[in-house]
Amino acid sequence: MSGRSKGFDWRATPGLGTLTVLVLVFLYAPLVVLVAYAFNASNLAMVWGGFSLQWFEKALANSDLRRAGWNSITVAVTATVVATMLAVPAAIALERGRAFFGKPAAESLMALPLVVPEIVTAIATLVFFSTIGLRLGIANVAIAHIVFCIPFALLPIRARLRDMPRDVEDAARDLYADWRQVFIRVTLPLLMPGIVAGAMLAFIVSLDDFLITLMVAEAGSTTLPVYLYGMLRLGVTPEANAAATLLLALSVGVVLAAYLVMRRGGKAVH
Amino acid sequence: MTSKALNRTTLKRSALALALTLVAGTAHAEGDLFIYNWTDYTSPELIAKFEKDTGIKVTLDTYDSNETLLAKLKSGSAGYDIAVVSSDFVPIFSSEGLVEKIDAPKLEGFSNLDPRWVKPVWDPENAYSIPWNWGTTSYSVNTDAYKGPIDSLSVLFEPPPELAGKVGMFNSPSEVMSLAQVYLGMPPCQTDTANMKKVQDLLLAQAPAVKLYNSDGIIERQATGETVVHQQWNGAAMRSRELNKAVKYVYPKEGVVGWMDNVVVPTGAKNPDNARKFLTFIMQPENMALQSNFTKYSNAVVGSEQFFEASMKDAPELSPPADLKVVFTPACPEEATQLMDRVWTRLKK
Amino acid sequence: MSGTARVRTLPLLAPALGVILVFMVAPMLIAGAYSFLTAGAYGGVRLPVTGEAYVRFLFDRDLDDSLIFDDTYLVIFGRSIALAAATTVLSVLIGLPVAWFMACRDKATRDLLVLAITIPFWTNLLIRTYCWVLILRDQGLVNAALIGTGVTSEPITFLYSNEAILLGLVYSFLPFMVLPIYATLERLDPRLVEAAHDLYAGRWAAFRYVVWPLAKAGVAAGTILVFVPALGAFLAPDLLGGGRKLMIGSLIHLQFTSSRNWPFGAAASMILMAFVLVALVIAARRRAGQVAP
Repeated sequence: MSGRSKGFDWRATPGLGTLTVLVLVFLYAPLVVLVAYAFNASNLAMVWGGFSLQWFEKALANSDLRRAGWNSITVAVTATVVATMLAVPAAIALERGRAFFGKPAAESLMALPLVVPEIVTAIATLVFFSTIGLRLGIANVAIAHIVFCIPFALLPIRARLRDMPRDVEDAARDLYADWRQVFIRVTLPLLMPGIVAGAMLAFIVSLDDFLITLMVAEAGSTTLPVYLYGMLRLGVTPEANAAATLLLALSVGVVLAAYLVMRRGGKAVH
Repeated sequence: MTSKALNRTTLKRSALALALTLVAGTAHAEGDLFIYNWTDYTSPELIAKFEKDTGIKVTLDTYDSNETLLAKLKSGSAGYDIAVVSSDFVPIFSSEGLVEKIDAPKLEGFSNLDPRWVKPVWDPENAYSIPWNWGTTSYSVNTDAYKGPIDSLSVLFEPPPELAGKVGMFNSPSEVMSLAQVYLGMPPCQTDTANMKKVQDLLLAQAPAVKLYNSDGIIERQATGETVVHQQWNGAAMRSRELNKAVKYVYPKEGVVGWMDNVVVPTGAKNPDNARKFLTFIMQPENMALQSNFTKYSNAVVGSEQFFEASMKDAPELSPPADLKVVFTPACPEEATQLMDRVWTRLKK
Repeated sequence: MSGTARVRTLPLLAPALGVILVFMVAPMLIAGAYSFLTAGAYGGVRLPVTGEAYVRFLFDRDLDDSLIFDDTYLVIFGRSIALAAATTVLSVLIGLPVAWFMACRDKATRDLLVLAITIPFWTNLLIRTYCWVLILRDQGLVNAALIGTGVTSEPITFLYSNEAILLGLVYSFLPFMVLPIYATLERLDPRLVEAAHDLYAGRWAAFRYVVWPLAKAGVAAGTILVFVPALGAFLAPDLLGGGRKLMIGSLIHLQFTSSRNWPFGAAASMILMAFVLVALVIAARRRAGQVAP
């Protein structure tokens, strides 16, 4: 044990903590401004006119805005869940499967939604949907979102799988001898950080998508980004900030609640 | 075994799709009206009053540009009953059969329209559209920061050295170039390459003085003094002035560009009768006044002024001089659009 | 490693690949076809079939219809690629240490940090980019602080520059770098790093031989997730860059909207797509080549 001279603490590389704090400041600075300006009395988002709660009242009373927010959440949750469910087996196939002719092509195809500029995907998908007569209302939007969420969910899962040692799974396979048990008890838990990262990214891109949603949406399917971009012509009002703040508070609340419940549950098991 | 897992995924997926369809499907009951417009361009009071008077439930969807609407309507009806379209796009929509014939003169309330806006060039028979809001495009000046004379578009397009880096322009080829053409005394939609060369030279020479090309946030930039001279719409200039008294909307001697947004009924509208009710409704002065009070833009319904807010009645931005030359830009032919695209690309190479 | 049961590839890949083939490849075939048609007068496309859109990318037509080489679009592409590359490099430089720091925490802190990194992205990017304008503009918060503390008397113009675009792009895409790297580093065994440190005696060596080999896969994934979307971004260039110069994203967007030239917009997208896809296939081949022996 003497080899541990002065006890190298791998956790305490100098500067990393400071950098992380700086990055968090960088990421949250606009958020602080956003929330502060939601309490702006002025009818313009970028001019401070004193403190007021009027925009929260307006945002809450605005049924179009509420509908747009609800549509956004529905679509984002659906797209995240489905895209992640599609991405997990695909990642296993691409990382663990036999090489086959056209595998590089298949890999590139999975990245296609990333590669194509959004406006092109938007218009081509619109034309494609109307050609095949797909009119499912908001489900049209969800389908389009699932497609571009796949690469965002897939890449972190694959990266996680790439160097994951196989011996654990092999050992488990010898023990359980059933691929399903191996998958659920060994592979999936090992893969979980990748799945969480992928699902988070998918959720982000879906929640923020504007162009594709704009084109594919039918009557009644306006989402929050579409609503907000529509403000650009006449001037963005603090109502946008209020809506964003409310949505943020709601999602943070839900996630924190889930986190606390899970922690408690975790403790109970141990 | 794999296929079993797959089936389960497929099942779940179809169940989700089904659930989503059901949620969306509830929207098509009787008594609906689906409106498609820019965000914050429809007065909530107007909609509330319409809903109360008629019992029709209004659903408002929003979009970002005429081009979006065009692409969506071209691919087949997206389910809207009412859409708002700029004047230059009305002939495109009508010639491509994307909007229903409404025969506006036969609608109740049509006689309330100002004769100036009846049978306009973009819809000579009022067969497809009725006016919504109209305005002009010129520029505004922060008179605290710039004391020079402001009677010409030259301040915007050939700014004096003291304005270098303080000029803001729209970020839209057609809006920038149609005003440039007014300044150069050319008719809109130039297809003459020599004339377009002059436009290009003008804009390239102006570019070093331009701080930014951006169509949004102009009200704020002019009110805070971030830009001193900015291409702007009259209603937006009014909102800048309300924040900062020094902002003045300019009526230049060369003239201004005019625009009108119009209400149309997209082809295949599911509730055409309700759409008609809406058209009649907005041709009543007291109703249309709600809309103008909300957006700060003029409308075409005679008598609506008496319901205007006090701040609008004497607003210089809404009362142009009688001899002002207003050029309404028509839908430009392909050739002109391509020339504008070339100039724009060179400008921003 | 003969014990490793290789999974059957196709059944696992089929659902995702199927969705992509139907809802992505099919629309792209339409877009590809559009790039060989003629622009409709008011948007859309019409016959005849022509390669004019691709010719236009490199050549301008003189009055007598002869072709002259024109570098306008190449310049625009080059500028966008340079900005996207700078965004990616900056994201790696920031993202790798942050991901390492995150991976070094205990489980509860790690989970909280993952959340902390993603929460800002649950609010709309347009509004957040607007907030950057508020922070950086001449009368903005940074300038107010600088003037208030006497660092400068005149406001400094931060906005409407390439640096402002870069800031916006890094801001928009940073989690797409951090999270994939974190996902690969998360299972880093502390004993490995400590052992490496003891063996090679140095943080750099520990990083080089233990952390980096693991992080590599995450950096590769993050590079794709940052570089490619940054290439097509138009919000940051327009709002923070002041729209003074065209980027590929804005150029293509313009062709589908006010310039009403769908074939050229489609052709520019096809060229962009070909460029990125070739790069991806080469990367996939190289990776396959490394694994095989």
